[in-house]
Amino acid sequence: MKENLYKYILGIADNSLVLGQRLGELCGHGPSLETDIACTNISLDLFGQVRSYYQYAAKIKGNNATEDQIAFLRKEREYLNVLLVEQPNTDFAYTIGRQFLFDIYHFLFLTELQKSHDLNLAAIAKKSLKEVSYHRRFSSDWIKRLGDGTEESKRRIQEALDSLWTYTDELFHQTEADKIMVSKNIGVDTPTLKETYYTEVQTILSESTLEIPESKWFQKGGKDGIHTEHMGYLLSDLQYMQRTYPNMEW
Amino acid sequence: MTITEQHIDKELFPILEKVSDPEIPVLSIMEMGVVRSAILEKNMAKVQITPTYSGCPAMDVIGDDIKKALSDAGYTSEIELILAPAWTTDWITPKGRRALEKYGIAAPLSPKADKDVLLHGKQMVKCTNCSSQNTRLVSQFGSTACKAQFQCNDCQEPFDYFKCLK
Repeated sequence: MKENLYKYILGIADNSLVLGQRLGELCGHGPSLETDIACTNISLDLFGQVRSYYQYAAKIKGNNATEDQIAFLRKEREYLNVLLVEQPNTDFAYTIGRQFLFDIYHFLFLTELQKSHDLNLAAIAKKSLKEVSYHRRFSSDWIKRLGDGTEESKRRIQEALDSLWTYTDELFHQTEADKIMVSKNIGVDTPTLKETYYTEVQTILSESTLEIPESKWFQKGGKDGIHTEHMGYLLSDLQYMQRTYPNMEW
Repeated sequence: MTITEQHIDKELFPILEKVSDPEIPVLSIMEMGVVRSAILEKNMAKVQITPTYSGCPAMDVIGDDIKKALSDAGYTSEIELILAPAWTTDWITPKGRRALEKYGIAAPLSPKADKDVLLHGKQMVKCTNCSSQNTRLVSQFGSTACKAQFQCNDCQEPFDYFKCLK
């Protein structure tokens, strides 16, 4: 099995799975009908992308591995998503802040992944990018509405961004598998995206009359399987059906 | 896995044309552009389909419906889901666009107009009921991944707009 490629794919896919799960929690619980539908639509896009990645990963793994096993039957430490995406829906500002900070990255990342020498990854990236450009529009638009909205909305989105900021640097952290994939022209050299990312984020925050968070202290660990305390709860929800009824299928 | 042009064998076209999109029953999957190739080898039809959106739940149903239609016509079949080249709203045929409008879904505009409509509130989407352009965006996301919600300010009709995907 191509161990590094497998891990590399999970590193990308797990971000979409975990963020999709967080957004899915809002199904029937969004602050308004429109935002409820939007968050679950984005969730559906992300789950669709996840299926493409996991089907590919299952092929690489062999031994009759399936996308469901990869999605539902790993232990917490085997999930390789960044810490940002597992942060809870504390309030709508947190949901939008998390989405925005991820979407800007996701768009830049997929744009580069389209050039991957791995044709499967390049095809998934091309497909996903079209969807993610809508996600990015949605979350950027809401950052502006909340930032340039009422005193209350401004205070809350600022607080959410200040608190989530500490997870942004991890987006550009590279694991050993990442580095090997970059050397083979399969992976994206994420540190090269960092400057553009922060510039784009800052531009939109300024347009939204929001402050750029000052904190320079960043947390990481998710990409190596070390997660925040929220991850266990998320997984117990996500994995419930497969753990309760092993091998169940829809 | 890359194909550049749509290739449909003549014998298979009439069969596939009768398979409709489960979400939009007035629209054939051929008019939707999701069938990228259909090749007959002896009695086996090899069909490649591509999703409109990655998470589109209709794809499994479309695959099953194609299998059934082909089997009713006496062919065995193999369905393959492909991602490249990625689907675009440009592949919806003119006939398909008319069918959408008639069904109450406004057809996709150009990428620039799409952005102006969804982000800057420009009034360019025509109401599918009264054709007025005095319409407003209700929600950037709608009843399925591919649509946004609109309402007509003149006749008050709520309707879907098929988002441009390019």
